[in-house]
Amino acid sequence: MDPQVIIIGAGIAGLTAAGALAEKGHHVLILEKEAQPGGHVAQWDRLFPSRRPGSEVLDHIRKIMDGRVEIKPGIRINGIIAHDQDFTVLTEEGTSYTGQALLIASGFRLFQAERKEEYGYGIYDNVITSAEVETVFKQGKKLLTSKGTLPQRVALIHCVGSRDEKVGNLYCSKVCCVTGVKQAIEIKEQLPQCEVFSFYMDMRMYDRHFEELYFEAQKQWGVQFIRGRLSECSEAPDQSLIIKTEDTLTGRPLRMIVDLVILLVGFVPEPETGKLVEMLGLSTGEDGFILPSDEHYNDNLTTVPGVFLAGAVKGPATISNTIADARAAALQIDSWLKTKP
Amino acid sequence: MKDFGFTVQLDHSIDYDAKDKRMMRYVLYHEPSLDWCIGCGSCTATCSAGQFTLFNIRMAHTLLRRGETEKLKQELKKCMFCGKCQLTCPRGVNLRNVLLRINRAIELFG
Repeated sequence: MDPQVIIIGAGIAGLTAAGALAEKGHHVLILEKEAQPGGHVAQWDRLFPSRRPGSEVLDHIRKIMDGRVEIKPGIRINGIIAHDQDFTVLTEEGTSYTGQALLIASGFRLFQAERKEEYGYGIYDNVITSAEVETVFKQGKKLLTSKGTLPQRVALIHCVGSRDEKVGNLYCSKVCCVTGVKQAIEIKEQLPQCEVFSFYMDMRMYDRHFEELYFEAQKQWGVQFIRGRLSECSEAPDQSLIIKTEDTLTGRPLRMIVDLVILLVGFVPEPETGKLVEMLGLSTGEDGFILPSDEHYNDNLTTVPGVFLAGAVKGPATISNTIADARAAALQIDSWLKTKP
Repeated sequence: MKDFGFTVQLDHSIDYDAKDKRMMRYVLYHEPSLDWCIGCGSCTATCSAGQFTLFNIRMAHTLLRRGETEKLKQELKKCMFCGKCQLTCPRGVNLRNVLLRINRAIELFG
């Protein structure tokens, strides 16, 4: 039997929407490009702001949909044909799937830090990304330098690949500020002797409990915040790093030697999603993320009837926002299916 | 006059309305990209002159905006016009033209 809804992407957005649609009695199929479902969250340790394990949230979502939703992993889509009443998705493997509605929940990609060459990622071993820090924590390991020593001083760099016309991304990635604060606390938890510095342009603590987490980082953990964007990073002979910024609050250039630099990488549109956009004739914003048909009233709808959106395909989003958005998309799809003959 | 042993301090605040804004208007008219600045300090961090002198291009921009023209004139002499500030700016401000225009504004209104 053909599914009623085909969901592209088995991350937080796709899984949540699948569960909500299954609860309403719809037959759902998820197509996922990776071998395992779970998306980015499956790679992350604890979530901001409460520091609850990411796996807990993922398990909860999966519990709702398990046994009721079919997931096909390792799928590469190479065509979508829109008929009058349904859509046929063609894969590179030569299989095809037909459904009445299509939900694009294919998420985002993390900014490739190598592109910000002056920060030395991929050149210096002690320059790592926030995603790699999550992997270290998730494996229950200690955060170490490339030589295997405990870092005495760590710098977290905000806005890497975000708010930067030099890499073509003018938008704010929304979640990096609070991720930086969360990781700063986690580093202090793990290595109380380590000095932790955060280099920021603005601290965007916009959501509930974010500001409190920022305050906790200052009050309880002694994390130090320096207002200035990193201009460059170079390696000393002992593999420690020399970073340069302006300390804008004293108005003077500042140099500092640190053992580890952590780049808080932002969101970029998933290139694979770009192919779907072309196949379906959808439109994207200047930021490259997909535009819904109306940003206020119909933000899960597209200009193509039957094609819906959920989660970070529409731009950077937190996990809680993504879950809410995916549920909203499920409701929209449910009403749409009911109007069909 | 009798010395009572205390002095009078002049007002240290910026009296925004009393400042001459012709230089600011001139520079912004000829280089509108200056309005895009978010004050992150990348320019100053990378500035060749700023490593050895108190020159601070980010601060110079703020002085221009606040009409602090006397301080600005002293500042601008230190710039070597290398353009590194422009290479690093995350907002794409045309800083070399800003500096040229500030120098011209000083000639015109200074």
